[in-house]
Amino acid sequence: MKLLVAFISVLVLVAIPYLGITYAGMSSVFGIIVPYAAVIIFILGFVYRIIKWARSPVPFRIPTTCGQEKSLPWIKQNKLDNPSSTTGVVGRMVLEVLFFRSLFRNTKTELRDGPSLAYASSGWLWLAAIAFHWSFLIILIRHFRLFSVPVPYFINVLENVDGFLQIGIPTLYITDVLLLAAVLYLFIRRIAIPQVRYISLVSDYFPLFLIFGIGLTGVLMRYFYRVNVIGVKELVMGLIALKPNVPADIGSLFFIHLFLISALFAYLPFSKLMHMGGVFFSPTRNLANNNRMVRHINPWNYPVHVHTYAEYEDDFRDKMKSVGLPVEKE
Amino acid sequence: MPNESKSDELKQDELVKIDYKPPKKDWMDTPVHFRHGTYIYPAKAKNLTYLGLPNPREWSPADEDWKLPDNWKDIILNGMKERLDKYRSFKVFMDICVRCGACADKCHFFIGGGDPKNMPVLRAELIRSVYKGNFTAAGKILGRLNGARGLTKDVIKEWFYYFYQCTECRRCSVFCPYGIDTAEITMMGRELLTLLGCNVNWVIEPVANCYRTGNHLGIQPHALKDMFEMLLDDIQDRTGVKIEPTFNRKGAEILFVTPSADYFADPGIYTCMGYLMLFHELGLDYTWSTYASEGGNFGLFTSHEMIKRLNAKIYAEAKRLGVKWIIGGECGHMWRVMHQYMDTMNGPADFLEEPVSPITGTRFENAKSTKMVHITEFTADLIKNNKLKLDPGRNDKLRITFHDSCNPARAMGILEEPRYIIKNVCNNFFEMPENTIREQTFCCAGGAGLGTDEMMEIRMRGGMPRANAVKHVHDKHGVNRLTCMCAIDRATLSTLMEYWVPDVKVTGIHELVANALVMKGEKERVVDIRGEALKEKKGEDNVR
Amino acid sequence: MYDSGKIITGLVLFVGLVTLPFWYSIGKAQVKPDPSLNTPVINQMKVKHCIESKQFMIDNHMELLNDWRNAVVRDNKTLYVSTTGQSFTMSLEVTCFHCHSNEKQFCNQCHSYVNIQPYCWECHVKPAEEIANGH
Repeated sequence: MKLLVAFISVLVLVAIPYLGITYAGMSSVFGIIVPYAAVIIFILGFVYRIIKWARSPVPFRIPTTCGQEKSLPWIKQNKLDNPSSTTGVVGRMVLEVLFFRSLFRNTKTELRDGPSLAYASSGWLWLAAIAFHWSFLIILIRHFRLFSVPVPYFINVLENVDGFLQIGIPTLYITDVLLLAAVLYLFIRRIAIPQVRYISLVSDYFPLFLIFGIGLTGVLMRYFYRVNVIGVKELVMGLIALKPNVPADIGSLFFIHLFLISALFAYLPFSKLMHMGGVFFSPTRNLANNNRMVRHINPWNYPVHVHTYAEYEDDFRDKMKSVGLPVEKE
Repeated sequence: MPNESKSDELKQDELVKIDYKPPKKDWMDTPVHFRHGTYIYPAKAKNLTYLGLPNPREWSPADEDWKLPDNWKDIILNGMKERLDKYRSFKVFMDICVRCGACADKCHFFIGGGDPKNMPVLRAELIRSVYKGNFTAAGKILGRLNGARGLTKDVIKEWFYYFYQCTECRRCSVFCPYGIDTAEITMMGRELLTLLGCNVNWVIEPVANCYRTGNHLGIQPHALKDMFEMLLDDIQDRTGVKIEPTFNRKGAEILFVTPSADYFADPGIYTCMGYLMLFHELGLDYTWSTYASEGGNFGLFTSHEMIKRLNAKIYAEAKRLGVKWIIGGECGHMWRVMHQYMDTMNGPADFLEEPVSPITGTRFENAKSTKMVHITEFTADLIKNNKLKLDPGRNDKLRITFHDSCNPARAMGILEEPRYIIKNVCNNFFEMPENTIREQTFCCAGGAGLGTDEMMEIRMRGGMPRANAVKHVHDKHGVNRLTCMCAIDRATLSTLMEYWVPDVKVTGIHELVANALVMKGEKERVVDIRGEALKEKKGEDNVR
Repeated sequence: MYDSGKIITGLVLFVGLVTLPFWYSIGKAQVKPDPSLNTPVINQMKVKHCIESKQFMIDNHMELLNDWRNAVVRDNKTLYVSTTGQSFTMSLEVTCFHCHSNEKQFCNQCHSYVNIQPYCWECHVKPAEEIANGH
């Protein structure tokens, strides 16, 4: 049911630009207004969400420590999994953000007869996640060739590395395959693992379908049903120079691709995809475990009712005296 | 003992028939069922009243009517809003979960029970769904499709059930790619429940006790002194050494704070005897306090405010007595509070001095702000500097493994200090499998205020992963002693071992130190600190 | 603790990165590709027609060349029969460059614009403009 809703939503998102371009000739709507709107919503929405988080303080320093603390000088500290300095935290965050350190630890628990519990390291989710995110990023950067004149040299390098297999014309990009395969894997595991299917929501399926749609239309345009790439670049360059115009004969496939991307950008700030920014905000990861070395300040720390020693002694003075415990007031 | 008879009612082969497959019905359509053995009795009205907490009343979770205040809905929603504004952790964790499911089989309660709502992700969804339904536009528009739902009394019941089936052990947080910490979610859930007076007595009674008498068990100062007399007699009986510790002594150099369970009951008392013997042997200028007679802090299982209310006495007493710094005993959640909350809440401790060991001269730089040192840091430093005369052979009949307690492992990272001590006071040490120790350690399933008999089924289920790892080293290496540095562990693991691995007994680290410690003027040691023969009889030796 | 400084810095960096294409295009002239047919051979043609239709060539020249390469090198076939029935030698240098002797004004116009780096020149000699002029 949830899966179906997500799937149909993406189909609708495919149909809108197709119908709009093919039957209504609304190329300036889908070529100019929609992408501009999407970029504006993305940037404003993203900034809004970050500021919303930032307005709540971090009252306590609560890192999850995943290795030996810094204590006595002869005990080796695990500086990356239990950092006590800013450098260490940066290292930990780099590992987390770029290499998904925590997910890399993933294990699979199995209950066998006996009973006996077995834990096997389980790297597939990590591998698919890494393949997905890195492919997505590289593809995104590769698209810079359509956003720049002259195209910077590092884009050439990236394209050459990504296409080094030199399969087919135009050359097959490894990341194109990886992205689609990874999304497919993430989708299959979402429906195949009963527990994961049980917790999955529309908002979990929807981005998968959407991104698959983006990847698929991209692949179709590049390898199968070519669109007028010169026209595409003219459109893009017009957009970024704030002199938009839509060249004729680009092909409706491109407008579907563009619309899905616009949808993704506009959707991102209001969805779980904000984990992109959120991963930097997790107090269990981005704080140094220097709790006993440096005092952390809670901006809303307020006085509370306590049972003072004086009240305590008042309660128990006679009993204390009877066993020879010193008291403040006789 | 009541524990034994209770856990005996549970059949092990029944318990391990676990179906991890979630039901067909959506989780939102599956209301909770309060079955005996899976929930804790509610907080007694007198305790809530004493603490000034809301809605004291007689009620039971099994009742249809929970006697919530009329405006309960507003209380919860306002409470959520307040906490979203106060805690970035709460807000971020509500927003960024992608439901990847990596946490699912990391929770001991899920592994041992199979209830899908004990998957950390779903435990968080219990509250996240209400957050979406009331605080996000997408949730308000899309509703259930987006995992949002309204706030009903059934939701409150569900929260009560599942937030008291979480031990705040943070194991899931180690594996979460965004570090989402279910402990943080559970703490928020329990704070919100506290606003409605939906607390459990196993937590609130110790809190009330601690507030009044200084310790969870409600031991009054004169009784506390009596208990120590008994421990001191036992020490003299077994070692020949007479020890005279001081209490509430002004001008001592060090204040020592430990959980009250350590001087109250077996097997914690043996660890406490270890502290007494060690400090005596060192001639340490230290004092106990009857006012700060509790290191633990069940406020942690109630609300942040309650943490602060109970924790305040530690620094207050240190200041009153004029000590220079503080040593803390073996405890888990106590150290979560001392390490991650105390300085922020009740500091700065500018009236204390940076801790320096008077025996070795070592400066504990990692505690220079809090001015509180963990006993295993203190002892490891002593051993490293050859300040103790140790005879590890006295522990030879023990074959030992070590359980990393959740909070010292995942909120401090104090992993090597205890191992260093153990390896110096014993000859037979065996690690459990690597996925069950250190930062991946499994909870005893009785932490965060769950260690009560009425929760026996949940505890035995949730403790199964820990027990299973112990059983592994028991079968493989003949391990017969499970060491830990946590007062809750010492109580709850004992029950757990009786049920799953009856040949294994539970012990604290400083009990092992006490056995190995060669003291000035001691008599020939023929019994260990428990009063049991130091060496097994010849015949038994041959069997092994 | 809010860490506002770090957050604002991060946000500025992020927004800067997202809007990089806008900044990058500022002050750069918009030069659209304009492939030139102005070569002596083409100028002399009465009917200016490539071996296939213009649209086909725009869409498929890369695949056509790839097929030619495979046919010549691997299958030893050298003759291409177009849809109109005409025959051509399958050769980049002999056939294509015979007319399109102006790589810079023809091929590179589009290839540079959208950053396509064909690996023709790993084997082939580029059409030297003076040879074209000499014919």
